Amino acid sequence: MPKSIVKARNLKKEFIIVQSFIDKIQRKPPLKVRAVDGIDFDIYDKKSMALVGESGCGKTTVGKLIMKLIDTTSGKLEVKGHNITKLDDPRKLKAYRRTAQMIYQDPFSSLDPRFKVFDILEEPLLIHGIGSSMKERRKMIDKALEEVRLTPPEEFIDRYPHMLSGGQRQRIAIARCLILNPDFIVADEPVSMLDVSVRAEVLNLMKDLIDKIDLTYLYITHDISTTRFFTDHIGVMYLGDIVEQGPTGQVLDNPLHPYTQALLTAVPEPEPDRLDRIKEIPIKGEIPSGTNVPGGCRFHTRCPYAKVICKKKVPKNKQPGKQGHLAKCHFAGEIEFKVKVKKLADDGKVAGEEIIKFSKITESEE
Amino acid sequence: MGDKTILDVKDLSTHYFTSKGVVKALDDVSFQLKGGKSLGVAGESGCGKSTMAYSLLKMVQPPGRIVKGSINLDGMEVTKLDENSARKKLRWQKVSMVFQGAMDIMTPVYTVGHQMKEPLRYLMDITGDEAEEICKKYLDMVDLDFELFNRYPHELSGGQKQRIIIATALLLEPDVVILDEPTTALDVVVEARIMNDLKILKKQLDNGMIFITHDLSILAEISDDLAVMYAGWIVELGDSKKIYRDPKHPYTKKLIAAIPRLHVDIDRLEYIPGAPPELTNPPKGCRFHPRCEHAFGRCNKEEPEEHDVDGILVKCHLYDERGN
Ligand SMILES: Nc1ncnc2c1ncn2[C@@H]1O[C@H](COP(=O)(O)OP(=O)(O)OP(=O)(O)O)[C@@H](O)[C@H]1O
Ligand SMILES: Nc1ncnc2c1ncn2[C@@H]1O[C@H](COP(=O)(O)OP(=O)(O)OP(=O)(O)O)[C@@H](O)[C@H]1O
Ligand code: SF4
Ligand SMILES: [Mg+2]
Ligand SMILES: [Mg+2]
Repeated sequence: MPKSIVKARNLKKEFIIVQSFIDKIQRKPPLKVRAVDGIDFDIYDKKSMALVGESGCGKTTVGKLIMKLIDTTSGKLEVKGHNITKLDDPRKLKAYRRTAQMIYQDPFSSLDPRFKVFDILEEPLLIHGIGSSMKERRKMIDKALEEVRLTPPEEFIDRYPHMLSGGQRQRIAIARCLILNPDFIVADEPVSMLDVSVRAEVLNLMKDLIDKIDLTYLYITHDISTTRFFTDHIGVMYLGDIVEQGPTGQVLDNPLHPYTQALLTAVPEPEPDRLDRIKEIPIKGEIPSGTNVPGGCRFHTRCPYAKVICKKKVPKNKQPGKQGHLAKCHFAGEIEFKVKVKKLADDGKVAGEEIIKFSKITESEE
Repeated sequence: MGDKTILDVKDLSTHYFTSKGVVKALDDVSFQLKGGKSLGVAGESGCGKSTMAYSLLKMVQPPGRIVKGSINLDGMEVTKLDENSARKKLRWQKVSMVFQGAMDIMTPVYTVGHQMKEPLRYLMDITGDEAEEICKKYLDMVDLDFELFNRYPHELSGGQKQRIIIATALLLEPDVVILDEPTTALDVVVEARIMNDLKILKKQLDNGMIFITHDLSILAEISDDLAVMYAGWIVELGDSKKIYRDPKHPYTKKLIAAIPRLHVDIDRLEYIPGAPPELTNPPKGCRFHPRCEHAFGRCNKEEPEEHDVDGILVKCHLYDERGN
C-alpha cells in the first residue's frame, strides 16, 4: 500500500451565513452551508488527486481546509501523519505552511504588479528565513525558475508581471510555491484562465515535477477532461460530499454514480459530426442550494434513477467493482447507464431517438 | 433565407491606435456567412475574435477603428454607417450580439421583462401585449418559463440569465447573431443544455450565427464552418468537419492536438511553445513563424497567401505551388 500523505475522515466544514439586520430582528435562525459534509479520502505519496464538480460543490473549501486557511468544523484531517485540525501553535503552523503550498486560479491577480519576478520569488524565502545571503537566495531563485523552464533566469528576474504572458505568470506562481521545497501542493483551478496550448504546457510541467522533485498534488478543477492526463485518482463532489472516487481512468470510463455519469455526458468533446444530434443530459432541474441539502441521498431530487429508498436513507460508500472505486449510491454497480440521443431534422424537430449505452459513448473514436 | 449569403466580409482590417503603437488586431480578414448556417471562430486570447465581432456591429471603440475592407450585410455596407444609423438600422435588427461576460452586467434594478422589451419599444415601437407575446415566443425557444418575466436578475441562476440574454438577442429577428463566449462562465451541465438548445434554435431560425470561443470542443458541437484565427489573421477557414478531422495549418494542427481527451490515455499533452506575438509589432512574413515547427526559408520574409486545399482556405507557405 502506498503511503498516504493526506488522510481525511468524516471531514466537515460548515459556514454560517451572515444575517441581514432584518433577519436578526425577526430572529430568524441563522442559515448554515454544509460546504464540506463528511468526506473521506486519501492522497498518496507522489500521486495526484483531482476534485471535480459544479460550482459551489465545495472543492475550494477542501483545499482551504488542507492548507489550514480555515478551521475544520469536525472530523479528522491528517497530513503526513499529523493531525492538522489541532495545529494551533503559530510556529508549527508556519512550518506546516512551508511544506504545503497553494496555487490559485488567477495568474493575473495572484502576483503583485509592483514586484519584479525576483522580489516575488524572494519574498517567501525572507518570510521563512531561508537563505543567509542574497547570493544564496539568488541561487535558489534561479533553480526554481529553471524548474518551471523560464530560462535563462537572467532574462526573467527583472521583469514585472505585466511583462509576462499568462502562461509565464502561472509558471512564476508555480515557481513561488516550489521555492520552499514543498511536499504537497493544492492547485485550485491553476490552468482554467489559460488558453488550450498554454494550459497543456503548464499541465505537462506540473506533471513532470511529480517525479522530478517528489511532489503530491490536490488538483481542483471544473475541467474534467484535464484530469485523465494529470491525475491518478479523482473525487467527484456534489453538494459538499464526494459521491464517487477512484482511479481516474476507471471513474471516467466506468462511472458508478448517476451524478458522475451525467457530468461526463455533459463534457463537450471535439467531435464535429454531432451537429444534428443532441445528447440528453441525464439530470433533472437545477442544483439545490447549499443551505438546503436534500435528505436521504443528496442527489435524489435530480437523479433519473431515484427510488423510494433514496429519499429516506443516506447511501454509504459501495465498492461493487474494482478495488478503491467507491460510490455513494444505493444502486452503485446495479444500474446500466444509458444516454438518449436525439436526431434533429432540418426544421429542428426531433426526427428520431436512439438509446445508447454509456460505455458506447465513451469509446474513443480513433 | 436558406442558403443565401447574408454576410460578406472582405479584407477587413481593424487597428487600435495606442500611444505604444498601432495594434493590428484584425488584418485582411475575409469570410462569408449563409442564412441558417453557423461560423465558429476559434483562437487564443488576444487574437482578435472580439475585435472582429465589434467591427461587424460597427461598434469598435476609440482608439480603435476599421481601417480597411468591407462588410456587406444583406446589401448594407456596414463600414460606411455613421453611429446614428448603426444604432437605428444595424444593431439588434440586422446584427445582434451576446457579449462576452454579458450575464454579469444585466441591470439589477429592472425585471427581466423590462430589459427584454426595451429594444422592441425603442427600435420597433412595439409595446404592451404585443411586446409580451414576442418575448414569450423567444423565452419558449430557449426553454424558459414565462413566469421568469417578472423576476429580477439576482433571482435567476447563471444559466437562466444567459438564456434570457440569448432570447433577447433573437427578438428582432436579426440576419446575424453573434455569440461571444456565451457559455464560458457556466458549469458543464448548464453549458451542455444551452448548447443543445442552440443546436435546435439554429435549425428553427434562418439567422446566420457566429459563435466565438477559445474552447474548440464546444465549437465542434455547433459550427458548420470554422475560422481559426492567429494574431489578427484568419489562418484556416472552411468546413468544420474537414478541419477537425484533417487540419491543414500547422497552428490548427497543434491547437487541436492540445485538447485533452476524456476517454483517451495520454502521457504528454501537445502544446505550442512560446506565446502569441505583440500585435503592435507582429513578426515579419508569416505571423506564426516564430512558433512553427515547419517554418522554412520564406516564412520569415513573405506574408503567405491563402491557398485552397481540398476546399479549405489555408494561409501558409507549405501549400505554395512552388513547394518548400
Ligand atoms: N466564507 C464563506 N461563507 C459562507 N459560505 C461560504 C464561504 N465560502 C464558501 N461558502 C459556500 O460554501 C459552498 C462551497 O464553496 P466552494 O468555494 O468550496 O465551492 P467550489 O466547489 O470551489 O466552487 P467554484 O467551482 O465556484 O470555485 C458554496 O455554497 C459557497 O457559497
Ligand atoms: N481598446 C483597445 N486598445 C488597444 N488595444 C486593444 C483594445 N482592445 C483590444 N485590443 C488589443 O487587440 C487585440 C485583440 O483583442 P480582442 O479583444 O479582439 O481579442 P480576443 O480574441 O477577443 O481575446 P479573448 O479571447 O481574450 O477575448 C489584443 O492584442 C488586444 O490587446
Ligand atoms: S442513491 Fe438513488 S438518488 Fe442517489 S444517486 Fe443513487 S439512484 Fe440516484
Ligand atoms: Mg473554487
Ligand atoms: Mg474576446
